[in-house]
Amino acid sequence: MASSAAVPFWRAAGMTYITYSNICANLVRKCLKEPYKAESMNREKVHFSLSKWADGKPQKPVLRSDAPEV
Amino acid sequence: MLRQASRLLSRSVAAGTSKSATARGFSTEVPSTIDSTFVESWKKVAPNMDPPQTPSSFMKPRPSTASSIPTKLTVNFVLPYASELSGKEVDMVIIPATTGQMGVLPGHVPTIAELKPGIMSVHEGTDVNKYFVSSGFAFLHANSVADIIAVEAVPLENIDPSQVQKGLAEFTQKLAAASTDLEKAEAQIGVEVHSAMNAALTG
Repeated sequence: MASSAAVPFWRAAGMTYITYSNICANLVRKCLKEPYKAESMNREKVHFSLSKWADGKPQKPVLRSDAPEV
Repeated sequence: MLRQASRLLSRSVAAGTSKSATARGFSTEVPSTIDSTFVESWKKVAPNMDPPQTPSSFMKPRPSTASSIPTKLTVNFVLPYASELSGKEVDMVIIPATTGQMGVLPGHVPTIAELKPGIMSVHEGTDVNKYFVSSGFAFLHANSVADIIAVEAVPLENIDPSQVQKGLAEFTQKLAAASTDLEKAEAQIGVEVHSAMNAALTG
């Protein structure tokens, strides 16, 4: 069976669909008029901590946070 | 002894199921009733045990397709953070599929369409509601239900034209200056999204 049709340019550059979709959504959000822009930026705030494990112990965590520092 | 029994059972059952599996064709055509040849061969081997359930017996049967085309299209338009339209009955929606603007009427062929950044319009009588959709998918079912999912969808009035122009200029420049494949792809996405917004605002 032949492989499927031509891949989209972003897939050819190594990007996944989710990455592409998120980039599109972010660009649209950045072009909104004021109250809507602030609302959407607020909605999309994330806060997470990621740590890789080695030898059964967590290594230094990576913290990504849009929450204001208290 | 019991361990052996399950091995012997699975061997003979596998022989039974492989025959019935190949004879069955696509799973969408199987009625939700149980496969009788399989049940018979099972009962011969293990009369005291219930035949195993298959995933389809836990699923609700597909909604049946009406024999005549319904007059209205039922639209469910959802975003990750809100349900824009839920079960709304409309006359037509035009969705920005990657293959072009697609008009969806009641009785449309079942389709799965990937959406590109563009305008989605919902037509109900004389009312037309337009949204700019960033990307997503549209699932059109045989029973004239359309499920449209998008990551961001905004009414056209909420888009700021000056920011769109600025963004378009910025990304066109980035596209010219880009070196790696990834940079080029990102810049091109930027150009596409901003051009689509520009076209939506002016067209």
